[in-house]
Amino acid sequence: MAVTWFFVGLFFAMMGYTCHYAVTHRQTLMNNSYNTRQEILVAQNSRGTIYAAGGQTLAETETDEDGKETRVYPYANMFSHAVGYASNGRYGIEAFANYYLINSNTRLSEKVASDVAGEKYPGDSVITTLDVDLQQIAYDSLGIYSGAVIVSEPSTGRILAMVSKPDFDPNEIDAIWDDLIKDKESSVLLNRTTQGLYPPGSTFKIVTALEYIRENPDSFSQYRFQCNGHFTRGEERINCYHGTAHGSEDFTKAFAKSCNSAFASIGVELDREKFGDTLDGLLLNQELKVDFAYNQSKLTMNADTTDADVMQAAIGQGTTQMTPLQLNMITAAIANDGMLMKPYLIDRVETKERDVVKQFSPDSYKRLMSEEEARIMKGLMEEVVKSGTGTKLSGLSYTAAGKTGSAEYNKVKGDSHAWFTGFAPVEEPQVCVTIIIEGAGSGGDYAVPIAKRILDACFEE
Amino acid sequence: MELYITELSKYFITLFIACYTLECFLVFRFQDEEQRKGGYIRQNIWMFLVHFSCFLVICFETGQIEYLLFYVLQQILLFSTVMLFRMIYPKGNLLIVNNMCMLLSIGFVVLTRLSYERAIKQFFIVTASIIIGMAIPFFIRNLKFLKSLTWVYAGVGIAALGVVLILGSVTYGSKISYSVAGVTFQPSEFVKIVFVFFVASAFNESWGFLRVAVTAVLAGAHVLILVASKDLGSALIFFVVYVFMVFIATGRWIYLFLGAAGGSAAAVVAYRLFSHVQVRVQAWRDPFSCIDDAGFQITQSLFGISSGGWFGLGLFRGNPTSIPLVEADFVFSAVAEELGILFSMCMILICISSFIMCMNMALKLQDRFYRLIAFGLGVTYIFQVFLTVGGGTKFIPMTGVTLPFISYGGSSVLTTLIMFFIIEGLYIIRRDEGDKRARNRKQKSKRQRAKREGDWAQDREDEEEA
Repeated sequence: MAVTWFFVGLFFAMMGYTCHYAVTHRQTLMNNSYNTRQEILVAQNSRGTIYAAGGQTLAETETDEDGKETRVYPYANMFSHAVGYASNGRYGIEAFANYYLINSNTRLSEKVASDVAGEKYPGDSVITTLDVDLQQIAYDSLGIYSGAVIVSEPSTGRILAMVSKPDFDPNEIDAIWDDLIKDKESSVLLNRTTQGLYPPGSTFKIVTALEYIRENPDSFSQYRFQCNGHFTRGEERINCYHGTAHGSEDFTKAFAKSCNSAFASIGVELDREKFGDTLDGLLLNQELKVDFAYNQSKLTMNADTTDADVMQAAIGQGTTQMTPLQLNMITAAIANDGMLMKPYLIDRVETKERDVVKQFSPDSYKRLMSEEEARIMKGLMEEVVKSGTGTKLSGLSYTAAGKTGSAEYNKVKGDSHAWFTGFAPVEEPQVCVTIIIEGAGSGGDYAVPIAKRILDACFEE
Repeated sequence: MELYITELSKYFITLFIACYTLECFLVFRFQDEEQRKGGYIRQNIWMFLVHFSCFLVICFETGQIEYLLFYVLQQILLFSTVMLFRMIYPKGNLLIVNNMCMLLSIGFVVLTRLSYERAIKQFFIVTASIIIGMAIPFFIRNLKFLKSLTWVYAGVGIAALGVVLILGSVTYGSKISYSVAGVTFQPSEFVKIVFVFFVASAFNESWGFLRVAVTAVLAGAHVLILVASKDLGSALIFFVVYVFMVFIATGRWIYLFLGAAGGSAAAVVAYRLFSHVQVRVQAWRDPFSCIDDAGFQITQSLFGISSGGWFGLGLFRGNPTSIPLVEADFVFSAVAEELGILFSMCMILICISSFIMCMNMALKLQDRFYRLIAFGLGVTYIFQVFLTVGGGTKFIPMTGVTLPFISYGGSSVLTTLIMFFIIEGLYIIRRDEGDKRARNRKQKSKRQRAKREGDWAQDREDEEEA
């Protein structure tokens, strides 16, 4: 009978919807601050431990005789942004892995033992992808500078190191919280690797070059330019770094020497609609499917964009804003034959007895470019190290490729951020490094040496 | 030891109710009530196990033995209901009675967990209602004049709803109840039944266009009074029940389409005109954007449902009392949170099996009046379940109606009990009809046999009986 089937169908739709919604939204709903059920779990389980990939403890909860709990971070400032803090609204891994940390899937016998001892159940532990040694080198290398370093594995998307400075000691977070909030200038609490928006400077020539190759797949190798230190179109004048005249150059040399004049000339000739599509395709102006907090990198381009704006954009100046994460993702995709793997920080969740509760595996995010395009880009970036602005990475026991940048953020004084993004070894890339040092000067002089220290640690015996 | 019991009981309770639910549908294998007897007995065992394990957990979690006494009283009530019904009405349908008792026992468990005081109050209301209800099948079977009270039903219904509109007390922005001598009544609950009787008797003898037009005006009056009282959930139930009953009475699809079109148009108008309708729609589309006010209830409900997982957090382990009005409008969320999604799905399936049984019976009833009543009550029941569960899970906008048998509320539980006992009365009438037909056929074939003395007549009788 039609009416009976109508209602039965309606109910099955509703039941399916309810089950699906409840199961897929469980974590987000549990993390909602209006959900009082968190408190039940917090009262019942002690917060789980956060481990580095090598097994070192990054954060753990210590309980004294009176049952008072303290969150302890053995590495203090070193992992301040990556691991974050568990109070004051939570941040970092402490925030987005909160659901796992406050739950306990420990064995029933362990729960009974805890009950007998009058203790809370041990919360589940989170094992991250972070490597303590790399983090240490990156942290030390930045020294007193503000800036960010992110190291990832191109073939999987694992994030191996994530350093942001200025930093803070999460052990003291409650005591220093008010001061940190008041200090609007240095934004200590901001994780610069994923949330810091910077002009990308010459590192952006990776994107401009990719667009040029896309529009001129057969003729880009015939490109020729005579550089006399500047390029002018209409009112807008673009200078090469320190006004250097690069002379006669082809496409590879223009990229390797990071010639602003050549790239400004390339920029004005590009199809602005298509350039806009490429930017979106590289995940600029897009929401990212990552677990951690981030800001969207921004640069829009369409038919209405003026010549002056395109010239600035082509060399990564003007309104362009990018996070080190975004640049690292594009570089990693080039290293991984065009395929971007989803960046992630949590490898697995385990109970206290080391039973695996949840295993996260590498996941393809999106193909950012074709294999052929990735191969060409790799060649260009290799040349930067061999004969261009990144020669400090040449002649080593491993091969490296990359792109430097010196992003001006103060027109008058000519102050610039030092950038480097690259990967090694070229034959089979294992690590992808992106570095920014605020206000240091040129990328080749300041960022490349840090990249070298990190890569040395990975590949030099 | 305690922990083992409370942790493992989750899985056992889910298993028991799953077995019960399975039996609900397995009985449909058989056409004959006699053959279903074994399934019904097994259902009683599963029912007992669910009820008992839940109270065992309650006693362990709270450490209070007085709950055990309360449990024993409930067990006596439910056991004697099933036994007495079997004795008084041997022709009755046991699936309906079993499901009624199963759902009542879930209601007792959840209410005991949410508010012991209210659970006790509810227990007394249920006891009194069952005593009243037991007599209903007898009256339905014997009072033939019920068919001819058409306009009386309409008058009573409109008057009862109108009185609330004028005199009613305001609860949560809607006028839905009034108090007589300290007892609060919610007439829209009882009028649901009267309304079904009205439509059934109106279409008993004629079902031409004129009839449809006249009843539409009267049904519209019911709905408009409810809308004016801001009781949108009930208004929607009356409307939907009316449209489906007209469809069944006339057998014409055009009325169903007209109803759907008219309903949609009315919904759009209501949305434009009333701010409280807009608020509810907004709270449904994106409850998190207005989590502080309009979306608070629904988001708390979603927190509850999702936090339990498949097997629930366990009784007294969750926080269902954070949901406003949980024991009335959002009891489903409390069940899902502490007893698990699987348990709550089984609960819905039990409601569906009662509905299917009711509709099957409606199909077989020869008498038009009774058939329309069975149909109308079935739709009333299942649509109400749909509104409350759908509202609590964000499947549809929230309308604020109760979950029959489970929610706290005297008017609601009494009305649903009366509905189920009326359905039992109709079932007995259906079996009377069946017996009568069998008798007639036998007499007829006897006569035939006397006449013809042929073997082929015997064959034909066999065929007919098959």
